[in-house]
Amino acid sequence: MKDYQLFDRNTRAFVYGFQTNAIQRMLDFDYLCRREVPSVAAIINPNRAGVHKVFWGTEEILLPMYRTIPEAVAAHPSVDVMVNFASFRSAFDTSMEALASPGIKTVAIIAEGVPERMARVMAATAEKMKKTIIGPATVGGLAAGAFRIGNTAGTIENIIESKLHRPGCVGFVSKSGGMLNEAFNIIARNSSGAVEGIAIGGDRYPGSDLLDHILRFEANPDVAIIASLGEVGGTDEYRIVEALQDGRIRKPLVIWVTGTCSKVLPGSVQFGHAGAKAQTDLETADAKNRALKEAGAIVPDSFDGYGDEIRRVYESLLAEGRFREVEEPEIPKIPMDYAKAVSEGIVRKSTNLICTISDDRGEEVLYGGKPLSRVLDDSMGIGGVIGLLWFKKEIPPWAAEFIELVLQIVADHGPAVSAAHNAIVASCAGKDLITSLASGLLTIGPRFGGAIDDAAHEFKRARDSGLSPEEFVKEMKMGGINIPGIGHRIKSVKNPDKRVELLISYARENFERTDLLDYALSVQEITTAKKGNLILNVDGCIGVLFIDLMSSCEVFDERDIDDVIKYGYLNGLFALGRSIGIIGHILDQKRLDSRLYRHPQDDIAFMLPELQ
Amino acid sequence: MAQRGIREYDAKRILAERLPGYIDDFDYNGEIALITPDTDLEVVAVDNPWVKKKRLVVKPDQLFGKRGSHGLILLDASWDEAKKYIQENMGREVLVGSVVGTLDTFLIEPFIPHGPEEELYVAIKSEREKDVIYFSLRGGVDIEANWDSVTEIPVDVLARPEELDLGSKLPAGLADRLAATAAFIQGIHRLYRDLGFAYLEINPFVFAGGRVVPLDLVARLDDAEAFWQRKTWQDLEFPEPFGRGLTEEEAWIKEIDSRTGASLKLTILNPGGRVWTMVAGGGASVIYADTICDLGFAGELANYGEYSGDPSTQDTYEYTKTILELMTRKKDPEGRTKFLLIGGGIANFTDVAKTFKGVVMGLEDYRERLQEIGVEIYVRRAGPNYEEGLRIMRKLGERLGVPIHVYGPETHMTRIVSMALGGE
Repeated sequence: MKDYQLFDRNTRAFVYGFQTNAIQRMLDFDYLCRREVPSVAAIINPNRAGVHKVFWGTEEILLPMYRTIPEAVAAHPSVDVMVNFASFRSAFDTSMEALASPGIKTVAIIAEGVPERMARVMAATAEKMKKTIIGPATVGGLAAGAFRIGNTAGTIENIIESKLHRPGCVGFVSKSGGMLNEAFNIIARNSSGAVEGIAIGGDRYPGSDLLDHILRFEANPDVAIIASLGEVGGTDEYRIVEALQDGRIRKPLVIWVTGTCSKVLPGSVQFGHAGAKAQTDLETADAKNRALKEAGAIVPDSFDGYGDEIRRVYESLLAEGRFREVEEPEIPKIPMDYAKAVSEGIVRKSTNLICTISDDRGEEVLYGGKPLSRVLDDSMGIGGVIGLLWFKKEIPPWAAEFIELVLQIVADHGPAVSAAHNAIVASCAGKDLITSLASGLLTIGPRFGGAIDDAAHEFKRARDSGLSPEEFVKEMKMGGINIPGIGHRIKSVKNPDKRVELLISYARENFERTDLLDYALSVQEITTAKKGNLILNVDGCIGVLFIDLMSSCEVFDERDIDDVIKYGYLNGLFALGRSIGIIGHILDQKRLDSRLYRHPQDDIAFMLPELQ
Repeated sequence: MAQRGIREYDAKRILAERLPGYIDDFDYNGEIALITPDTDLEVVAVDNPWVKKKRLVVKPDQLFGKRGSHGLILLDASWDEAKKYIQENMGREVLVGSVVGTLDTFLIEPFIPHGPEEELYVAIKSEREKDVIYFSLRGGVDIEANWDSVTEIPVDVLARPEELDLGSKLPAGLADRLAATAAFIQGIHRLYRDLGFAYLEINPFVFAGGRVVPLDLVARLDDAEAFWQRKTWQDLEFPEPFGRGLTEEEAWIKEIDSRTGASLKLTILNPGGRVWTMVAGGGASVIYADTICDLGFAGELANYGEYSGDPSTQDTYEYTKTILELMTRKKDPEGRTKFLLIGGGIANFTDVAKTFKGVVMGLEDYRERLQEIGVEIYVRRAGPNYEEGLRIMRKLGERLGVPIHVYGPETHMTRIVSMALGGE
């Protein structure tokens, strides 16, 4: 590579910062230019080392990723460019580290808001080491058909439109990165296109200035026309004036200094760029445009004539036979990203999953179609949320409250029951909270906790099929089946279960209908006549009342009620409530630092078959 | 991010707090108080007992210079005289240069009696490769006339400031003040470098009782240093330049700007102007304003501003409404057409259709007023999804009832300026 070149078709770079979009855009540009190897040699990501997968055309390839600059430099000694996406806070340290690496010759600093003193130290250091900084506060730049810094020149469509996939004859440099796309467009429409375009950044002290790049273009035989945009503020443009005067710039230079309007604006208005503010008359755009024109630059009367001047110079050089027109290469097709194709509505694909209860794609998660903030505003409570997420319905407050009542009632039943016991044993074995919780929950089923479901099912079946309570009891007895939800270890008619009384009185007060409860109580009348403790227990009560709740509630229909039984909603209610207790038991054991539990041998009857 | 002026009060406060860290025997005690319309003067007297014991100086502290020649400095005053002066001047409108503004911030400090020959000058300025220290034995109000007395001392940006040998570079004539002056300048230069200063001028400073006292001071900071200077700057505020109060609409746009990641800027230049701009991107916005001026319509340019950084539809909607509200407030007295230039270059990744959706919503809201006032609209924009953006603009033209001319990247960026104003 020649001195006047920063980039060619073989230039390879490090990208500092895990900027996945920018990296892909660099590679897409490479592919468009038919580069043989990707321009990104490696990524430097202080948070993670490893590899990063990117597209190379339609194929996928892996780029290595290192945590530090020295590691990357050691693995890729031939890389001579670093595109630095570090934030304004770390741009200085990382850029200085890159400058100190012998192989790295050019550093592009993207961050905005780098302090002036840091920028000056970086610029002076680069100058001393004969290296180049582009930026800070820039999109970067681009060598047509060769190398693209990060996001320069925007979309692939724009790059093709501005003919940046192959070199033209104009070298362009501006302060503004935002105007770089426009400049490429103007150049492509008024000449054979750009050879290179650089945005040095809008700060007061850019690492390299307009003249540094103009002199490179002057030395580069591929550049026939130099184009530039200066800016009000600072005195850099006068260095260009001097270079014109002393003959260091001989090629046609089309230049315009923006900010001529500053004379009519109040003095205090700061333009977009930090460096764009005239502090003396010399720094005004008018004075600079005048000085440049006097020194021999081609300066239009306003920006409106900028493209026309480029065209005029291009056509006269072409007429003189200074260069030939560019042969247009064939452009490889860059596949469109799937996400973009979807957003443009030109592809579709069937989904593998369906979700009908919640959606977190928007600004706020939706529960059953209702934004979470409204769920909270409406004080829907746990019961209301269960209504939305389990039933996809807004249930009335009295129904939500009943669900919360059930959750409180089933929350715990002491350490000896299956779920709590299992969880305690698991916790004592040193297992973590989630594992211990799972081991407890796994006991819930037909024998433990499952009675709620079964009771709802059996009582409803019996009533719906027109069995009288007597017939139902008789049928169950004939089948040798205990009626689920009937019977208690201790409680009896004379010693009623407070929890059941509570549930029943709540239902009587709030439910429109309690048909199934009444049916179950008729059954209880028969069973307790046989034995005092064959009462409707808490599981049975919850089961039948849940069916009554749904019948009382307009939002549910018959199918919903069938679903509740068929899919085990009520087991879910038990598992949910009981999880509160199980977690409590596990935390209790953790706090106690309980040791491994081993069941005492004398509590086990060993009854092995005798060997024959 | 840029260089911003700070109050003399804040600069002196920073000096009083931080300079002792650089110079062993610096004991400027920073006896200084700031008075705003909300200040209770009796509380000031309690917090700063020296105001009742010493003779005082009172001066406005609002980022403008030459206060003496504008007759705005009260010297050698008692506390009662100082209070009277503040009461008389607080809220008063004054003309400074070409700017009219309201006095609303004053600084009080002890009056240091001295002769004009004792006034020393020092300033530090940043250039690309170096800091430049300026020093003169002939400080005071006439320093510019005496500029040939100024010694310039460049300090390379990569040099170690503590190794700077100032003693040999300062002019003869300081006599027994040489060592202390050299130490003082070295100290403020190190502070200048470490604390994010971009400009510092102390004119004059004097020796009182053998110690340095800065009398009058101007400073600018690089506001990009705020992250590093949280401790040293503390709760420092960057005041608006003198005379530039924000209008209601400017304040509203500033508020939206501070709320979003996008950049929205608005300065109203001439509310009666007929050429209104709504330009995407900082670089392009300057060029549109330039072109309007270069074509001879500077007097008609109503506003300057930009929206950029991928603003949301809502942001551009608000921005559009604000501009249209101002633009359609009054008909041109001579009944001439007003022009709205919705311009921009080729966006990098901003979705043009998305931002234009907000613009279209705003224009629709003002449909009747646009017709009534007589507005012609020119649009030029390109970038991602620009075809869709231009399409919705053209479609709007069919129902808006005022002419809309819509162009893309095939048309030179500023051509809509000459198209709109060319016929005038």
